[in-house]
Amino acid sequence: MNKPRIRWHILVFLAPAVLIYTAVMIIPLFNTLRLALFTRIDQERVYVGLENFRTLFFDPIWSEQFWNALGNNFWFFLIHMIVQNPIGVALAALISHPRLRFSALYRSAIFIPTILSFVIVGFAWKLILSPIWGIAPGMLDWVGLKSLYAPWLGKESYALTTLALVSVWQFVGIPMMLIYAALLTIPEEILEAGEVDGITGLSAFWKIKLPLILPSIGIISILTFVGNFNAFDLIYAAQGALAGPDFSTDILGTFMYRTFFGFQLQLGDPHMGSAIASAMFAIVLLGVCIYLFAIQTRMRRYQL
Amino acid sequence: MNSKLDAGSAGDLITCRPFDASLALFDAGHLADLDDLDAMSNFSDVAKSAWQSDDGSATFCVPMASVIHGFIYNKDAFNELGLSVPTTEAEFFAALDAIKADGSYIPMAMGTNDQWEAATMGYNNIGPNYWKGEEGRQALIKGEQKLTDPQWTAPYATLARWGEYLGDGFEAQTYPDSQNIFTLGRAAIYPAGSWEISGFNALADFEMGAFKPPVQNAGDTCYISDHTDIGIGMNAKTENPEAAKTFLAWVASPEFAEIFGNALPGFFPLSSTPVELTDPLAKEIVGWRSECESTIRSTYQILSRGTPNLENETWGASVAAIKGTATPKDLGKDLQAGLASWYAPKQ
Repeated sequence: MNKPRIRWHILVFLAPAVLIYTAVMIIPLFNTLRLALFTRIDQERVYVGLENFRTLFFDPIWSEQFWNALGNNFWFFLIHMIVQNPIGVALAALISHPRLRFSALYRSAIFIPTILSFVIVGFAWKLILSPIWGIAPGMLDWVGLKSLYAPWLGKESYALTTLALVSVWQFVGIPMMLIYAALLTIPEEILEAGEVDGITGLSAFWKIKLPLILPSIGIISILTFVGNFNAFDLIYAAQGALAGPDFSTDILGTFMYRTFFGFQLQLGDPHMGSAIASAMFAIVLLGVCIYLFAIQTRMRRYQL
Repeated sequence: MNSKLDAGSAGDLITCRPFDASLALFDAGHLADLDDLDAMSNFSDVAKSAWQSDDGSATFCVPMASVIHGFIYNKDAFNELGLSVPTTEAEFFAALDAIKADGSYIPMAMGTNDQWEAATMGYNNIGPNYWKGEEGRQALIKGEQKLTDPQWTAPYATLARWGEYLGDGFEAQTYPDSQNIFTLGRAAIYPAGSWEISGFNALADFEMGAFKPPVQNAGDTCYISDHTDIGIGMNAKTENPEAAKTFLAWVASPEFAEIFGNALPGFFPLSSTPVELTDPLAKEIVGWRSECESTIRSTYQILSRGTPNLENETWGASVAAIKGTATPKDLGKDLQAGLASWYAPKQ
């Protein structure tokens, strides 16, 4: 009997990716999960099992912050889902219109904010909205709507929504591009066949294009979910680690950062920080699983 | 820096932040005990308190400088409006009302966006007059007073009155915004820390003066926050202990105090020998030391060690007071509950 030949080339080709991914992703991930099971008592690292998670979820001081951050995260995600993605789809539908002039220009202009650094976006919007130097109060004044202006980033009730909309402004290019690409793959013949049957204009979009780009919208939703629940940079750049005013913009990322690295007089606590990071990981994992098993498997696909 | 110390690649000398950050370095064996340094006798106990073990048995950094809180004002604006410098709280609010009524200046430049100014330049600036400086601060640490006591909640009630004088949109005004508003001459009063002096000197083209936190009734003893802020210590694993000690002895000398105090006006040397300062504003502020009782910020020593962290909680509370989103009584209750959850005073 022939001994099965070891196919070395598979190992060789896989090795670089596996090694690098293990070193920079897998090991840190499991190390974080492990770190969450310890605590520091008098300079000694002590194993405490799930004690940190008990503190996080049941100690009123921690759990209040955790649920506040999680709730804010859901609001942040919701704003993206109901503002960013529909606008992204609408923009894609507009720029893929064959008779639109300068569509390449619009495409680039809308996509550019996506490649800007969070720090630039955070500071630029902070300046635009500033009650003292900002152009927002002045522009509203020109159109006679000065009374609508409020120092949004400084008010508990508006700050998070404002930042979510800034983030939407920054990232609306991504759903637009993905949907645009999906729309381009729809063959002309199908649309023409529809036209013969009397389906034109808007109803062509609703009845033909939308069902065909639904899988792309699913992918965009899950990307938005993962991105939003790992968000940190924009809030940190605009509001600092305390995610003011009064923690109204605090999301899991900033909560984790503050706990892990410490802030001002608060000393960092890597163990509680890891516990929060593990909770974030679990939430994202759960969300992705729900999508993969409950939604994606039931989605109807059409062979083009 | 912490990782450098752990790895053993840090320098011979280490600048020290006050209180727990440096204490942690000392406890971890990174900072050398400096009690055998003769020059340490140049400093008072309050000056050394920021860099001592809790029982005061070991001192591990040479105190370099402190910062003093008060109010910096635009002298030109005060002359123009015919205002005199307020010494009592009633005069202070009368002056703010007068500036507001005139309308050419924002009465006071401070925002609540970055939160810490409200606590540092607000609560801990005016507070010592209420809790009588060191007396109240020590009593709080010992557990004889509580944050729900009137002397600790009254400053919040006063801060609540600040809101209407802070100018439009103060909720989103940042710390640099406030600095710019004041140095551009658009605001009359700036609740300050003395560290602003050198920056303001370079930017403002009007004459500035300073007044100390107003007292409640004329003739009351005044208390100022004279907060120990920077020190310098020696890496316990240094290879050149003798050279480092010679340098630290010089840092502790009156000669260094004079050079440092004049090179960085607004950072006041802590050495017991009086130092001659040349900057008029700095001189005015450091002069308060002889008129008033000095104390340090109430939340810094010991009380911000646990979770929730009292200093950070005080930021939020001071902002809430200024915005009027919570009553002083509730703020005191929340802060005390947070502190009591992890801190048991040693009687």
